[in-house]
Amino acid sequence: MTQPAAGTVAPGTGSPLLEARGLTKHFPVRRSSLKGRARLGRRGRGSEPAGPVVVHAVEDVSLSLPESGITAVVGESGSGKSTLARLLARLITPTSGQLLLDGTQTAATSHGRREYARDVQLVLQDPFSSLNPVHNVRYHLARPLKIHGLGGQGASMEEAMTGLLERVSLTPAAQFLDKYPHELSGGQRQRVAIARALAVRPRVLLADEPVSMLDVSIRLGVLNLLGDLRERDRLGILYITHDIASARYLADVIMVMYAGQVVETGPAGLVTDEPAHPYTQLLLSAAPDPDREEPLSLQGRGAPPSLVAPPSGCRFHPRCPHAMAVCAETTPPETEVADGHRSACWLHATGLTGTQARPLTRAAGPDGQPASSIAEGGEET
Amino acid sequence: MTANPPLLEIRGLRVDYGAGPDAVHAVVDADLVLRRGEVLGLAGESGSGKSTLAYAAIRLLRAPGMITGGEVLYYPEPGRPVDLLSLDEAELRGLRWSQIAVVLQSAMNALNPVLTIGAQLTDVLQAHETGMNPAARRARAAELLSMVGITADRLGSYPFELSGGMRQRVMIAMALALEPQIVILDEPTTALDVVTQREILEELTALRERLGFAVLFITHDLSLLVEIADSIAVMYAGRLVERAGAEELFRSPRHPYTLGLLNSFPALHGPRRYMTGIPGSPPDLRMLPVGCVFHPRCQFAMDRCREKSPPLEQPGAAALLRGGAPPEPPGIAGPAKPASGGPRVAGQWPDGSGRLVACWLQDGSAKPPPELALPEAGAARGGQPDGTLPVRAAGTDDPSLAPSIAAPDPGSQS
Repeated sequence: MTQPAAGTVAPGTGSPLLEARGLTKHFPVRRSSLKGRARLGRRGRGSEPAGPVVVHAVEDVSLSLPESGITAVVGESGSGKSTLARLLARLITPTSGQLLLDGTQTAATSHGRREYARDVQLVLQDPFSSLNPVHNVRYHLARPLKIHGLGGQGASMEEAMTGLLERVSLTPAAQFLDKYPHELSGGQRQRVAIARALAVRPRVLLADEPVSMLDVSIRLGVLNLLGDLRERDRLGILYITHDIASARYLADVIMVMYAGQVVETGPAGLVTDEPAHPYTQLLLSAAPDPDREEPLSLQGRGAPPSLVAPPSGCRFHPRCPHAMAVCAETTPPETEVADGHRSACWLHATGLTGTQARPLTRAAGPDGQPASSIAEGGEET
Repeated sequence: MTANPPLLEIRGLRVDYGAGPDAVHAVVDADLVLRRGEVLGLAGESGSGKSTLAYAAIRLLRAPGMITGGEVLYYPEPGRPVDLLSLDEAELRGLRWSQIAVVLQSAMNALNPVLTIGAQLTDVLQAHETGMNPAARRARAAELLSMVGITADRLGSYPFELSGGMRQRVMIAMALALEPQIVILDEPTTALDVVTQREILEELTALRERLGFAVLFITHDLSLLVEIADSIAVMYAGRLVERAGAEELFRSPRHPYTLGLLNSFPALHGPRRYMTGIPGSPPDLRMLPVGCVFHPRCQFAMDRCREKSPPLEQPGAAALLRGGAPPEPPGIAGPAKPASGGPRVAGQWPDGSGRLVACWLQDGSAKPPPELALPEAGAARGGQPDGTLPVRAAGTDDPSLAPSIAAPDPGSQS
């Protein structure tokens, strides 16, 4: 019943299991389609960058996953959160940036990758497609055990597999081993997918929207299973979601991503109770909330930008109700708004000049209100 | 506040998939009333029969789905019902779209990918408004698009050129093209981002206030429904298990399944606490449990629940029949929040009959557990004075799990 102290695990303390420094991923846009090029050119206001055309999917993301800690990544579709998970799982190679496991970079050889996969496992969103429909549960669990030389032979292999199913509360385990994915419910399938990830005894679990395909009544069961794994097996967990309420429920630290960049990081309770970035405020104002006391007012509108030619300055400025002149020009630095709570927003920066801080004039759109109450100390020089 | 006259009345509707001994009973004895200008929410998990119920009611059900009983009365004018189940195809065609329109679940698939938005919008008008000339149809299509916040130059766009939110808006514009009395929204925002979802809901609310249509809103997201619906019906395994005013349902759920659903959504405010959701998973409709269909997952299940299925009735009704304690008067609820916009009848099922619930705990023979009882005056849901969810110890509650969320972990604190 007690409120977890701001972040049960203080962010950034202790030695992180998995650490990412300045991870960036740009996907090249193929030039094969002339029509596609023409359309991109139109959208890019006629000024095509001289270099190759790329999608700026993830831009300069740093994070650290401590042992026995859950970090949630929250964002809309297209915010780059799944690309981040794939980068962290080393399914794709970053354009730049470092990935450190126990403080060291693993080799990019196939051997290095296998070593890495033994410590860092990924659970995907859709258990309907992440399990092979023509194989039973036994096959799905035996494969990682064999590939990594774990589990031994015969009876000990059998024991390892039932143990895995018991860890994800699929009991009686022996009954589940011979079932095929279509014989399982969505929640059971996702538990099998988690058991498969646990087979190699990883220390880090990357969970990419693990409950969004599941029925509401069974979501909590899977979330609680993740909480339990953190507690009992001291796993470091990255929980990716678009549902900020579930991030608040499960995670110690919430990282909010927008258009490929991290805009706010902090202890889960602080980020949801005192959001510092206007985008986090927008997300919270749009979330379903039967307990809402004041009448609903959506803090901004519109959709995320194209990542081929992202907006200049702060990528959120075209949608931001508080945008200032500086926001359209320069990317905001990360500012510490409270202990361990950081926000990349000019409203929290000090030392802005009057011209920089004047409300952004926009070609279209009714807003453009002056920077409001959250800009404490933002304008004094 | 007098209740609005009914617009669509579903009585004892039964729908089967397949026939003979293998038939799956997808909807069993459903009773629902949609009133003029009202938003009726139909909540349930996938497979609970909510879409089947709605599609059957307007005769859009596909084989092997079959309506095996009941009636569906549509009131074009008060007091003059038309039984939709007895109409022939030609008569139905006259009603569909012009009187009752549907926004389908997946806008991605519901629009024709090889036709422009304009062609699809004018097609509706061409079929139903025979007096219109092409220029007038085009003007009306542009007007419809602007109604949902899309500029007229998008008329020439193909569906793939629009974002998911815009496609859903086009679907809504199409549904409203003939100014229907009833709009059925089947999971209209499920695939959308949370901000887009909120924008579309706001637009729908504004349009509803302007045009006055009634809405049957189907979704699995009960937390969303509490915010936008006037009244809510909850389905489980093909049966309606509870219906009540939205506020009332949220403040004081009377069915254990409703309580479980409400306890499945982590809150955005207040202390973080451990929640259990509902243990188990929804039943297979081919092998339903005997008695109350929910009893295998119900923490309050009694012997009676395993024997006989409870009827959907007013709480305490059975006790009145037996001459026991009087039933509670209809429409009593805890302190309602001030209604925010719209004609929400706080805490009352709009037909004035109070709430209905299908649960043996509520038949008046014994006092229901506090979580499922009427709140005391001044108290909120489940008798918790702070208005937060009561914390329950469900059967599967494992105390070793609790500290991970409910309490700070001293081991990892530094």
